[in-house]
Amino acid sequence: MEKGKGGGWSLGLAGLLSPVTLWLGLFFMVPLLLILAYSFGTSGVYGGITLGFNPGNYLKVFDPLYLQIIVRTLVIAVTNTVLCLLLGYPLAYFVTFKGGRRKNLLILMVMIPFWTSLLLRAYAWVVILGGNGIANRVLQFLHITDHPLDLIFTPQAVTMGMVYSYLPFMVLPLYAALEKFDPRLKEAAQDLGASRWHTFWQVTFPLSMPGVIAGSILVFIPSAGEFVIPNLLGGARTVLVGNLIQQQFLQARDWAFGSALAVMLAALLVGAIMFYVRKVGAEKLEGV
Amino acid sequence: MGESKTGRAHKGLGKLPDRALLLLTALVYMFLYAPILVLVFFSFNSTKNTQVWTGFSLQWYGALLHDQSVLDAFRTSMIVGVTATAISTVIGTFTALALTRHRFRGKTFADSTIYAATVMPEIVVGVSLLVFFVAAGLQLGILTIIIAHVAFCISFVTIVVRARLAGMDRSLEEAAQDLGANPVETFLRVTLPLILPGVMAGALLAFTLSVDDFVITFFVSGVGSSTLPLKIYSMIKFGVSPVINALSTVVLVATMVLILGGSRILIRKENA
Repeated sequence: MEKGKGGGWSLGLAGLLSPVTLWLGLFFMVPLLLILAYSFGTSGVYGGITLGFNPGNYLKVFDPLYLQIIVRTLVIAVTNTVLCLLLGYPLAYFVTFKGGRRKNLLILMVMIPFWTSLLLRAYAWVVILGGNGIANRVLQFLHITDHPLDLIFTPQAVTMGMVYSYLPFMVLPLYAALEKFDPRLKEAAQDLGASRWHTFWQVTFPLSMPGVIAGSILVFIPSAGEFVIPNLLGGARTVLVGNLIQQQFLQARDWAFGSALAVMLAALLVGAIMFYVRKVGAEKLEGV
Repeated sequence: MGESKTGRAHKGLGKLPDRALLLLTALVYMFLYAPILVLVFFSFNSTKNTQVWTGFSLQWYGALLHDQSVLDAFRTSMIVGVTATAISTVIGTFTALALTRHRFRGKTFADSTIYAATVMPEIVVGVSLLVFFVAAGLQLGILTIIIAHVAFCISFVTIVVRARLAGMDRSLEEAAQDLGANPVETFLRVTLPLILPGVMAGALLAFTLSVDDFVITFFVSGVGSSTLPLKIYSMIKFGVSPVINALSTVVLVATMVLILGGSRILIRKENA
């Protein structure tokens, strides 16, 4: 509270804050607490739920059937994050240091896909990778194969769709971090005799770490919970945790197990944010 | 890493690393845009084929206009989008004002909650709202979709408006108050006009997010309350068709116009 402004201000503050408290409290926090409670409950045969303290829903993830799905999800999410970093870093580097007058335009061209629907971008790959799709015709034209390959409904198709969808999530924080970089540091390193290779690894890259970590979190967390891309590009053979959660809520009606999986996903996010705060500092969180 | 490869080559090969970086960047931009362009291109195809070009036609756009379920989904999306945008813009602006102008206990918690809401995996938000609505006995439908959309839009509006407020000169507000304006008058006549570009950009962003959202809507919608993305999803599940390409093109163009419009508002006002 600002002192010396009287009671009117605190009334004003309460007025400004009550709508958000009500809405996010009731429709964000309470639902999260509810699935936390449900995750320790027991699902009835007909879809009802009995509250209690049943850790069984969490232990279920060690069932080989589910463990396999979780491992597959983590492998795809990590692969996606690494590929986004490998493709996104050079792009962000180029835009920041070589973009010149076109810098704003170039970064806007990354933001447009960032804001367009993930669903539509996944659909684009359904068309491209499909049976007689462009990808297959290009491969045949180049004589890499003489018959259409099964490109869609594979883990590779899912990874492809994810890299395509999440690349902008990596580029934007990287660009934000590199933008703050003082180019004189690079000149100083080179004046002192460092090669470009050394300058990059000893100066530029370490200073861009906040962007690398933020970008990796923004790519890893949603891809670990993704269910649209595996649904459209993975088919029945590439079920991920997101699909498993969806099945528990909409088909199997095992809400307790579904809640436990969702809680673990949320816990992964909390863990990632705590890691970021420890490495980079809380005050920079707003940049994410 | 582009720089790692190119950096090593630099010693003997002069300009090559820059060229390699340029080439790699160009390829990544191509990767970002080519699939979307292919999608748009085949929406104008004259046959049902989404892979082989047979000639130009607008028939799939015509088919969209005659598909009642598409038109219904469009209407639902507009009702949801406009309502959710209006509510979340007001709440988000209030929140941004509270967070920039006041210090209070629990501010860090409020900040973290707002950021958490932007990064929480959508599927977690979706299923938790589903569980909540069912427990509360609310019938899933357009109302639950609006409630959910407001919940995820508030944070984005708050962040955009807050950025605008942070860069604002407070002396004008102080002058108004010294001249006897009460807090409400000061807000309406001084603060609001100054932060309006931020508020409008926040509203455009909220509208885009609402109209584009699939995952959360998927869990909180009921029978007969399909939004456009839900309609598109069920069409994709049914099979690839140029009608989906046409509908996607319409949505893509609309999103692009909204985003470009939003960034123009912000850039023009910042330079002014």
